Amino acid sequence: MIGITSYLVFFLCVVLVLSVLTLGLNLQWGFTGLFNAGVAGFYAIGGYTHAILTAAPQPQYLGNFGLPWIVGIAGAMALTALAALLIGLLTIRLRGDFLAIATFGIAILIQLVTLNLEPLTGGSQGLTRIAKPMSSVFTTPLAYNIFYLVLLIGVVALVYWALGRILASPWGRVLRAIREDETAAIALGKSALRFRLESFVLGSTLMGLAGALYVSFIGFVSPFDFLPILTFQVWAMLIVGGSGNNRGALLGTLVVWGIWAASGVTVSKLVPPSHAAQGAAIQVILIGLVLVLMLLYRPRGLIGERPMVSRHLDG
Amino acid sequence: MMMVLQALADGVFTGAIIALGAIGVSFTLQIMRFANFAHSEFLTWGAYIALAVTLLTGAGAPTLGLTFGWPLVAAALVSAVLTGLAAWGLDQLVFKRLRRGGAQPLVLVFAAFGAALVMRHIVVLIWGHDSYFYTRELQMAVLVPPGIRVMPDQVFILALALLAMLAMHLFLTYSRTGIAMRAMAESPGLAQACGVRVESVVRTTWLLCGGLAALAGVFTGLTPQLHPEIGFNLLLALFAAAIFGGAGSLPGAVIGGLLVGIAENVFLLVVPPGYKPAMPFVLLLMVLLFRPDGLFGEKR
Repeated sequence: MIGITSYLVFFLCVVLVLSVLTLGLNLQWGFTGLFNAGVAGFYAIGGYTHAILTAAPQPQYLGNFGLPWIVGIAGAMALTALAALLIGLLTIRLRGDFLAIATFGIAILIQLVTLNLEPLTGGSQGLTRIAKPMSSVFTTPLAYNIFYLVLLIGVVALVYWALGRILASPWGRVLRAIREDETAAIALGKSALRFRLESFVLGSTLMGLAGALYVSFIGFVSPFDFLPILTFQVWAMLIVGGSGNNRGALLGTLVVWGIWAASGVTVSKLVPPSHAAQGAAIQVILIGLVLVLMLLYRPRGLIGERPMVSRHLDG
Repeated sequence: MMMVLQALADGVFTGAIIALGAIGVSFTLQIMRFANFAHSEFLTWGAYIALAVTLLTGAGAPTLGLTFGWPLVAAALVSAVLTGLAAWGLDQLVFKRLRRGGAQPLVLVFAAFGAALVMRHIVVLIWGHDSYFYTRELQMAVLVPPGIRVMPDQVFILALALLAMLAMHLFLTYSRTGIAMRAMAESPGLAQACGVRVESVVRTTWLLCGGLAALAGVFTGLTPQLHPEIGFNLLLALFAAAIFGGAGSLPGAVIGGLLVGIAENVFLLVVPPGYKPAMPFVLLLMVLLFRPDGLFGEKR
């Protein structure tokens, strides 16, 4: 019983962390129409910044400042925002699929940096002994994970609420106007590039936050947490849930990660350890199939965007 | 100085392989109007289908100083046909239905993401993550004046790649279907008004793109090994070459591929080898920033 509870708590924690990623992507794609294929890259920047700021000092590393948790979170968001601003200034003019190729490449570049900049990132070894907040109060793993779950619920609720507010504001309306018809939005005097850049930076900052939350939950970071497959998973979550709807993003995260975890458990039961690679391949094939089938048969997602009509149009 | 010449020579050899793959990316960008992220998996499938064929026939006794014989060349051709059919099959299963449903181009890109995941991991499912070799023969490099080391295999691959490009060029210039393909690339509406049969052009495009990608995959697998990420690792290089040359231009893709290959190898003289996979992307970013329509492309 304890086993199931602790698994469920762990599962929900991962889902909530990934929800922050999906919400960030939904702001970029669902509401602004920006095709960011470098989700894993921004997630990595956040994760590594948090690790470098908060991990316990070790002589062989330049970073590992051992700073408090909240400094790590704030620093991770700030640095991801800065990186997104620089990347955005370079790439935001590109049209749809070219932006995807560029951001996809940036994510690979970031992953290479984490692998090769050993004095700072620990290379393929990664960084360990990353501070867990309140770990002196909640000493058993289960109690700690329950505490973290509550913390994550708070963070996701805050992000969800804040996004709802800004998307309902005039700023959010301009984003949707740009997504629907950029020329018309420009004709109305809105600087499409500026709004796109703002949305890109804000969404990426959320991805950085997600990275920091993940790393401080696991207490360990390595380049293999940020493989390109993660970007595809987050895209699958958003498309399955329904882009342009934040509740859809949350539901999609739960459903897709549920499929991933359930298939992982099933595969590990059925496939002998000698064929672990094949088992993992089945999991990825499932995610790919879910993505393609969803696009073919239910392109709106489980709960898609609600059509928005001006209240002045109602008779 | 000799190091630079050696880098140039190596660049031409890898560049020719990249060019073969980039031709397909370039034509899907221009004719099908979307960035096909699954294209790299055609290379992987091509390489592994040829491997399956050589497991039946063997790679052949080494001939002409190469590590393999004619059976491997035959296997590459069989693989080109089968991979072309697989590419067309993917279009029928996924992309065609999305086009019919009036999906916007970016939705096709998502679908390509998903298809790429499935295709790559089917290879893992069958072959695992181990590396495979077409042949276990070893080969000594030959010193070519003024002192560049060259493998006979590389020269043979370069010749075959150039032959394939020449065939593609003749096809596009002289055959009716080839001319129709170029017409579609230039202006789909006008081409249809002139009686071009869209579905037949689409089919030919996928067969050719898949076939050329398979050849690129086999050639990559020959130097020196096959693994499931063989195509995926080239994805950025393919896009860089295709966009560099300008979408829909055969000479553009070829020159783009050669430039990417050369740049990769020359950069390696100054950049630590750990960053090699990022080189095509840095090039790509520069092209996108300074000449987004490519060297030979037209404004879109």
